[in-house]
Amino acid sequence: MLWSEAAQAEGLFLYAPWIVVLPVIGLILNLLFGRRMGERFVSIVACSAVASAFVIAVLQFLALQGHPEGATVHVADWITIGTLSAPWALKIDTLSATMMLMVTGVSTLIHIYAVGYMHEDVRFQGDPGRYTRFFVFFNLFVAAMMILVTADNYLMMFVGWEGVGLCSYLLIGFWYEKGEGGIGNALAGKKAFITNRIGDFGFLIAMFLIFGTAGSLQFDQVFHWVEGHGLASAGVVTAITLFLLLGATGKSAQLPLYVWLPDAMAGPTPVSALIHAATMVTAGIYMIARSGPLFEAAAFSSELAALIGAATALFAASIAVGQYDIKRVLAYSTISQLGFMMAAVGLGAYVAGMFHLVTHAFFKALLFLSAGSVIQGVEHGHHHAAHGEEEGEHFDPNDMRNMGGLRTRMKVTFWVYLTGALALAGIPPLAGFFSKDEILADASAESTAVYILLAVAALFTAFYMGRQILMVFFGKARSDAAAHARENPPVMTVPLIVLAGLSIVGGALNLPGVHTLTHWLEHTIHVHASEFNLQVALLSVIFALLAILAAWQLYGRKPLAKGQPDPLRRILGPIFVGMENKWWVDELYGFLFIQPYVRLAHFLAEVIDWRFWHDWFHDSVLGRAFKIFTHWLAGPFDLQVIDAIANGLGTLTQGASARLRVLQTGYVRNYALAVLVGGLLALSYFIFG
Amino acid sequence: MNIPPAYVLALSGILFAMGVLGVMIRRNAIVIFMSIELMLNSANLVLIGAARAMAPAVEALRGHVFVFFVIAVAAAEVAVGLALIVAIFRTKGTIDVDEVSSLRG
Repeated sequence: MLWSEAAQAEGLFLYAPWIVVLPVIGLILNLLFGRRMGERFVSIVACSAVASAFVIAVLQFLALQGHPEGATVHVADWITIGTLSAPWALKIDTLSATMMLMVTGVSTLIHIYAVGYMHEDVRFQGDPGRYTRFFVFFNLFVAAMMILVTADNYLMMFVGWEGVGLCSYLLIGFWYEKGEGGIGNALAGKKAFITNRIGDFGFLIAMFLIFGTAGSLQFDQVFHWVEGHGLASAGVVTAITLFLLLGATGKSAQLPLYVWLPDAMAGPTPVSALIHAATMVTAGIYMIARSGPLFEAAAFSSELAALIGAATALFAASIAVGQYDIKRVLAYSTISQLGFMMAAVGLGAYVAGMFHLVTHAFFKALLFLSAGSVIQGVEHGHHHAAHGEEEGEHFDPNDMRNMGGLRTRMKVTFWVYLTGALALAGIPPLAGFFSKDEILADASAESTAVYILLAVAALFTAFYMGRQILMVFFGKARSDAAAHARENPPVMTVPLIVLAGLSIVGGALNLPGVHTLTHWLEHTIHVHASEFNLQVALLSVIFALLAILAAWQLYGRKPLAKGQPDPLRRILGPIFVGMENKWWVDELYGFLFIQPYVRLAHFLAEVIDWRFWHDWFHDSVLGRAFKIFTHWLAGPFDLQVIDAIANGLGTLTQGASARLRVLQTGYVRNYALAVLVGGLLALSYFIFG
Repeated sequence: MNIPPAYVLALSGILFAMGVLGVMIRRNAIVIFMSIELMLNSANLVLIGAARAMAPAVEALRGHVFVFFVIAVAAAEVAVGLALIVAIFRTKGTIDVDEVSSLRG
């Protein structure tokens, strides 16, 4: 029998649902047997579940080679009410396959890394039993993320969207009893969840509007509707896209909803790398790229998205300059880079956005994991140095002011970190250069304002990464812990090396002139091959080099000494204080929203609920009325009505029986006569009646 | 010899009426009892007469069968009835039904 191309492709597409099912199987196995079987079992199950999901993603990639138009794999009917139909169907096309490959690939590496990292972390934090729970959540996250990227309608996407949000919440609060005041981590998780809910609200409203106007939630049908009716109902499309944009700003941590992401660093470092840098936060970008036809029909929303993205890029980059926590710098950097992507998709440069999304996933995962490696190395050093000394003083292994000179002590980590930082700074020929440059080139062609914002943000990026590298790895150790830091085992460093390799060659995905990714994605979304702009590229490289040079001037030539304030503080003065304090945005939100909300809640609880509802309405109105009513029931009503009815019935019965008893004479003949009369009557009825 | 059914019906009617009158008028429980037997037998007479009237047919046997039933039931009734009368006599010292009227209202 001849296997045609089509038949084979069909066959491979049919494996798609396993990409969700395999991580679920992994998590169920770990949930049921993990605790009993030990860490080895847990890590093997979790890693192989995700690795096999990656294999499925590769199979989908191969299937798409023959059929680039993709396929929809129907798994089950979920909701079918009237005209609303939301099946669980997987949409396999080049866009979702890109996300599937990226997410499962990076997830696999981070899972392997987490095997080593969590082994140490659960011991450092003092609860080895949570090892299993971590990997259960991690597998759950991969499953939810796969539902999100493979969804073929908005409702199914929302399921994944909420699923990853839940995992994010669970993992930020993974050490829920730790953190500031014993609730710091729990509060961070709550903040992430609530901030995301604001975005989710936007997504929900957008879905209602889409269904209300387009009559369907299926991507294809909605986009078809927009092509036909988009111009006629431009207002509705604009409203839909604005609400979708609100959803994206929540999930992808853009202004004004970005505040949760820096706090999300309370989670273990692999979580920061996987969820809060590489994958989940890109869901908003992916969603906008997926909804491309809607955004193309709404120029205002697209421009707003571009502006929000660019503003976020610069704003977050400026905060990153003033941070001391190694993970917080990376968190603000992530927000900033997500701003780049948001600006790109806002400008309609979906390929550039997706390109940066993928390369960013590589190098930001690398940076976060390396930061985790640094932190663990320093924790080791702290543990080592603390022996024999006083242990009371609180030591923050995340604080870059406690580091320094780690270059020689952690060689592998240093080199991979340097790779990631250079990739992020946009130094050619690393991945970040090509992807960021494509965004900048598109921006320079489309919108000057966006271009300037992004260019300055890129400058800041190079500066804060230079600052971080110099503070962490160069100079002399500023604490005993850093002086005794040691390199981590291969289970952690090998994934780092792989990611470093990807960060170096990732740019090859969409080299100028070749446009591999552009040609790959053109089957799914509207693309335009962006021209390589030599001027823009040169300018951004010069900017990056200048920024690194400036960082060297400040932090490299004369390394930061122990206890010395940041040299930028002297130069920038109050501006640096602003950067250090994150421009007081949390405080501003606290003043604008949280405090009024708390006051309102207090008012509702004290005045409305307690005084009005409880004291007045319940006690006075209801209580007294009830008392009066029961008094009336027990007194007049019971005596005069209820008793009268009962007594009346008794009297009636007595009267009737007094008359009827006369009939009962006791004489047999009377009864016999009655029987006779009755018999005669019956007989006469039959005879005459 | 062929007796017309009307004669049989008339005889049984007379017997039945005598039984009824006996029950209504007499006060001795034994006599009332015998009057009841009279009524039962008048009914038997009707059944037998009807059976004879449709003689060669197999259905005629039903009349005979009914009669046997009635006789059997009457025998059982007599047993119970006489036992009741004896019990009444033992407690009341009489079998005059007018004396036994303690169930009056």
